[in-house]
Amino acid sequence: MKNKRYSSGDIFIWFTGMGLAISLIMISGLLLLIVLNGKNYFWAADLKEIKLTDGKLVLGEVIKEELIPNFNLPDSLKNKGLKRIQLKIGNRDLYGFDFQWIDERRILSVNYPLDAVSIERFEFGNFYGFIKELIIKETVYKSSSPNFYATLNENLNLVSNLRERIKKIEKSEIGKINYNIEKLRLEIKKIEYHQKNKSIAEKKIADIKKEIEKENLNYERLKRSVDSLREKASMYSIYCEDINGRPKSIALMDVVKYYRPNQMSYSDKLTYMFSKIFEFIFDEPRESNTEGGVFPAIFGTVMMVLIMSLFTVPLGVLAALYLREYAKQGTLVRLVRIAVNNLAGVPSIVFGVFGLGFFIYFVGGTIDQIFYPERLPTPTWGTGGILWASLTLSLLTMPVVIVATEEALTQIPRGMREAALALGATKWQVTSRIIIPAAMPGILTGLILAMARAAGEVAPLMITGVVKLAPTLPFDSYFPFIHLDRKFMHLGFHIYDVGFQSPNIEAALPMVFTTTLLLILIVVLLNITAMIIRARLRKKYKTSAF
Amino acid sequence: MELVNKEILDKQNQNGDKKSKLKIEVKNLNFYYGSTLALEQISMNIPTNQVTALIGPSGCGKSTFLRTLNRMNDLIDDVRVEGEIKIDGQDIYKSGIDVVELRKKVGMIFQKSNPFPKSIYENVAFGLRIGGMGKKSKSQIDEIVEQSLKQAALWDEVKDRLDESALGLSGGQQQRLCIARALAIKPEILLMDEPASALDPISTAKIEELIHELRKQYTIVIVTHNLQQAARVSNYTAFFYLGRLIEFDKTSKIFTNPSNKQTEDYITGRFG
Repeated sequence: MKNKRYSSGDIFIWFTGMGLAISLIMISGLLLLIVLNGKNYFWAADLKEIKLTDGKLVLGEVIKEELIPNFNLPDSLKNKGLKRIQLKIGNRDLYGFDFQWIDERRILSVNYPLDAVSIERFEFGNFYGFIKELIIKETVYKSSSPNFYATLNENLNLVSNLRERIKKIEKSEIGKINYNIEKLRLEIKKIEYHQKNKSIAEKKIADIKKEIEKENLNYERLKRSVDSLREKASMYSIYCEDINGRPKSIALMDVVKYYRPNQMSYSDKLTYMFSKIFEFIFDEPRESNTEGGVFPAIFGTVMMVLIMSLFTVPLGVLAALYLREYAKQGTLVRLVRIAVNNLAGVPSIVFGVFGLGFFIYFVGGTIDQIFYPERLPTPTWGTGGILWASLTLSLLTMPVVIVATEEALTQIPRGMREAALALGATKWQVTSRIIIPAAMPGILTGLILAMARAAGEVAPLMITGVVKLAPTLPFDSYFPFIHLDRKFMHLGFHIYDVGFQSPNIEAALPMVFTTTLLLILIVVLLNITAMIIRARLRKKYKTSAF
Repeated sequence: MELVNKEILDKQNQNGDKKSKLKIEVKNLNFYYGSTLALEQISMNIPTNQVTALIGPSGCGKSTFLRTLNRMNDLIDDVRVEGEIKIDGQDIYKSGIDVVELRKKVGMIFQKSNPFPKSIYENVAFGLRIGGMGKKSKSQIDEIVEQSLKQAALWDEVKDRLDESALGLSGGQQQRLCIARALAIKPEILLMDEPASALDPISTAKIEELIHELRKQYTIVIVTHNLQQAARVSNYTAFFYLGRLIEFDKTSKIFTNPSNKQTEDYITGRFG
């Protein structure tokens, strides 16, 4: 009997089922963990006021609740289910820390004050407490007066408009002036470098210097208008108190938004959540990346993956075509194939170092010497940038594309090639008109794998052009619009940076998890796009019929 | 062996249709896969606008022989050809022969239908698009596609769905599509490698009918395992055995009064 069960293979079927189940549990567990840990970031949690046994009050959001481990307790209290809670108390500028653990035994009473307010600021994290007064120049509005919050909202809008205007002037108008001045400065260097005739050079340089002077005047004018706007905005401020009555006055310029979670209904909180998600996806980061959005990182990741695909697919497909269709099959080709497969397993940092040495120092350095000698020693291409990072990644992912394409090529029936040849097609015509279209679904499979790998890679990027905070996107309105020499932000690096390099890790944790979730989503999104294209092609060519 | 071949050639010259010219002349053809001799001292003359059937047991070299006629064997590594094959008096294995031009002249239909994963229209137009007959306008291609499909007796079945995938057709239709595809580039010779072996009797009958029609314009060489089929469709029959050409004669002669004992044994079903 025993033998029969063994030979029937039932046991192995159970094993296969187990294997699948474990994989599914791991994946869903991972996603669940990320979602649970990340959701705090978006949810407007209630503000809890706790009266402690020593008479002090604390106010904050509950982050975590856990049993106190037995070894921290006297024998009499062991296994009684005593808990402690972690409270985010904010007010970093007042207290010096954002989080506090509170033992259940120290709690006297709990309360949810309706007027408790959470103020999101541009600096120092959240403020938890109560708004007492709104001060505009000399006028003071007490929070007890009717319509106080309507007035506050109105003025907050006003100030945020001012802030937008300042930002616009600083970013686009002053940015443009800086761009022009930099261009003119390089022009001077170029003339100094190339122009042998001294008098002509001096004349030209004098002209350019006049233009720079003009731009500088423009700059002064804009600077003055920014200053006046700032001054206007700084007249608005609010006076707040924390839960123990410590005063704090906050300029409205520094307030991102405020909300009173204890008054918010469930639908209010949902609305808040969506606005927060929107902010997360489309805004720029604040407070050394721990607050705000991650738009530049999303942009950088997607752009890098696309540029990578642009290089890796054509090169990989061509290499596979040569290996499978043109090369004489033999020991050498076998060796090359083994080498390619091994390349897929080389640690990514090795590719990063290669990218640094070859692309950045050799190729980039050479380009600088030939085309931008006047800018040296400041490197233009001889430093990390999105192009070099993408090229490094395309090397990294090329083996995947080659292997997948080769696989697809071997699947194409011999009959199809013979039929085309028998019709008087040349080898090239067979390849371009029959083989490549038929292998397209397989090539796209390779692309999907390559994109998934590239989007998640961090190590090689760190030495080829990723930065913590890029002042500009690699795409903007200045000619030539796409700036492949610029450094960029990347979600994977963002996670590393926020999670391990930020000064306030506890506060940054939700950000780490939400960014992780976003990275997964983007990879899934890119893959689904490729899968839809592949399904279309499959339907068109119906290769599965063979 | 030499003697047998000479006999056949002589007989062919005497008995053969005096009016028909020779399309393909094969003289002392040896064919090697690596060091294995697959075809040995084959000599035969295939007449114009006739159907010549190649019969014989599996592995006797008839398919290999067929594929030497349009140099399809070139695709296999490590093969060697000795002797000569002349088509219209020109040696096709001479250096400097354009294989692509040769294959445009000598079309081929395979055992397994192999339409491209494209639309029906594009399948037929493929040969034209790759420059088979110089640049053609859209209307010219339309016309040739229609004409070829009509020749292959497929037009009525597919005229309303030319843009659909060719892979949606039935096996018999696919094979006729392959024939239409081969006809579109206006070859002079059609090589058919067991074109009906994977088809049901009705589709087979259609293909055979088609061969009947086509032989008015084309020189057809067909490999078949089906002796009745060979008897039905061909004018001449060649019997291959173990890489050698045993007998080559008019089909009526082979099937009623073969001059070789081995041929007789084979067609009466005593072996093979």
